Amino acid sequence: MRTIDAACTRTLLAGLIAFAGAWAVQTEAQTKYHLGRAATPAEVAAWNIDVAPDGKNLPAGSGTVARGREVYDAQCAACHGAKGEGGVGDRLSGGRGTLGTPKPVFTVGSYWPYATTLFDYIRRAMPLNAPQSLSNQDVYAVSGYVLFLNDLLPPGATVNAEILTSLKMPNRDGFIPDPRPDVKTTGCTKDCR
Amino acid sequence: MSNPKKEIPGPVTAQPSRRRFLRNSGLLLGAATAASTKAALGQGAAATSPPAIPDSMKAPGTPIGGARLYGSPSPFEKKIVRNVSSAQTYSASQVTRTPIQELDGIITPSGLFYERHHAGVPDIDPATHRLMLHGLVRTPLLFTVEDLRRFPSVSRIHFLECSGNPVYRKPYGKTASDLVGLVSCGEWTGVALKTLLDEAGLQSSGKWIVAEGADGAAMTRSIPIEKCLDDALVVYSQNGERLRPEQGYPLRLFLPGFEGNMSVKWLRRLKVVEEPVHSREETAKYTDPMPDGKSRQFTFYMEAKSIITRPSGGQRIASPGFVEISGIAWSGHGMIARVDVSVDGGKTWSQAALQEPVLSKSLTRFRLPWQWQGQAAVIQSRATDETGYVQPTFPELLAVRGENAFYHNNAVQPWRIAENGEVTNANN
Repeated sequence: MRTIDAACTRTLLAGLIAFAGAWAVQTEAQTKYHLGRAATPAEVAAWNIDVAPDGKNLPAGSGTVARGREVYDAQCAACHGAKGEGGVGDRLSGGRGTLGTPKPVFTVGSYWPYATTLFDYIRRAMPLNAPQSLSNQDVYAVSGYVLFLNDLLPPGATVNAEILTSLKMPNRDGFIPDPRPDVKTTGCTKDCR
Repeated sequence: MSNPKKEIPGPVTAQPSRRRFLRNSGLLLGAATAASTKAALGQGAAATSPPAIPDSMKAPGTPIGGARLYGSPSPFEKKIVRNVSSAQTYSASQVTRTPIQELDGIITPSGLFYERHHAGVPDIDPATHRLMLHGLVRTPLLFTVEDLRRFPSVSRIHFLECSGNPVYRKPYGKTASDLVGLVSCGEWTGVALKTLLDEAGLQSSGKWIVAEGADGAAMTRSIPIEKCLDDALVVYSQNGERLRPEQGYPLRLFLPGFEGNMSVKWLRRLKVVEEPVHSREETAKYTDPMPDGKSRQFTFYMEAKSIITRPSGGQRIASPGFVEISGIAWSGHGMIARVDVSVDGGKTWSQAALQEPVLSKSLTRFRLPWQWQGQAAVIQSRATDETGYVQPTFPELLAVRGENAFYHNNAVQPWRIAENGEVTNANN
């Protein structure tokens, strides 16, 4: 009997182990597919270019408004106008106090809530014919020049991460969450209006 | 056939009607190379009507192969193309519209999908393209397109709509496409974004995902994590084939029911973060200025909407008698529950029939039979979605949002029908 019991126990154990193994494989398959590979820190750093209002992802370095004027005149003025007044590209300057009037003018100075967005957008998307071609220093510089065109920085300013993060834009508090559905209608079907 | 009043509805503005096109097509397409095509196009109506036997039955047609290995529409349909409003030389703001008044059913052919590009259409080799998933995850991951195709796949039919469709200020468009042509609908296949987040190990502090495109705009939007874990897809196919370049080949994000700009094309990076990045496209653009000077931000959902596409602006009802009123309805909040149609300027409304399938966050086709007696009339449709939300009129929308609003106009669109059958935009 003992021999038979041992044999049964071994069989039972083997079955249990096999079952547990299959269960583990199945559970694993439901959560992990082991596809793709780990991205290295260097790979992440090279692509990780988005800059949020906390400015934590801004690069080291700085640029002057004076250098920004040179970059702007060479790379930006053709589309955005000599003083940011706009052209085929968006208007960048002026318009303060026009929001909520019949003719609102939406510019960096009148509308954009964060100066960090200026660095983020110029670096990733401008100039239109050669995005991501400016050095970080020149992105700081031209960001500073656009802020200068909006009377938000003095002409002698040097722009860096600290300046862009701490500068309170005029329309910082101008945004509200989505309140929709905001337009109520009755769904009238007879004798309407 | 010579009486223009006999023409069926169908032409787009400033284009010859389809019937006139058919009549003249022998001349227009005389240079067609295939002999049988030339023979067929050369026939006038008299030669194909009884008792004559059509020439197309008297010889074999064009053989398979050659340029037909990827099929295209009949040469008779060559005017049915995307609607480009004017020369668009500034590549940051290029747009084409779907000719919705020329289409039937709910699926938009891939070649007629609306386009909105912020730096043109990039040419991307799928073998070298990579998607990076990083930020607040346990393991940052890098995927090839083939990696993503090995994950469990999902296919769903959804509309995609630009949030500026149409704008609030005059001049208003003439045709249905001019007004609401920035909407299309297709079947999307890809991997659920939740699957990829599970693979990387989402951390509980992750509340938003920043999505970035591999185009010259490096298009960037922040998406709430709830949407990413709900029905968001990383898509590689549309209508059964690989994405078209204009639709994000080889990879795009797809967020059902959300404004189209957020479904980032040419997707290359997803970064899990605690707070939105406040990118240019979610601050300077795609925000909604209100009459008091404040602006709504993160207005994601496309609310319920409908439009009559036939008869619609630029078309003409051939003669009094039976007219099938037909159109499309959709909602970013789910399924369309009902569509009502008025043919008397909004005084009374009748419930239209909804064509199955009625799918969540998809176009739904509606129809209403109508006997037109030749009188002047204003016709319009009004959608109600499964949440009970009712599509508002344009005056109701303007009363709340004012003319400075730019996005999310989902107003009822009225069409004016003249006694001669011509259809125009009643808001003009």
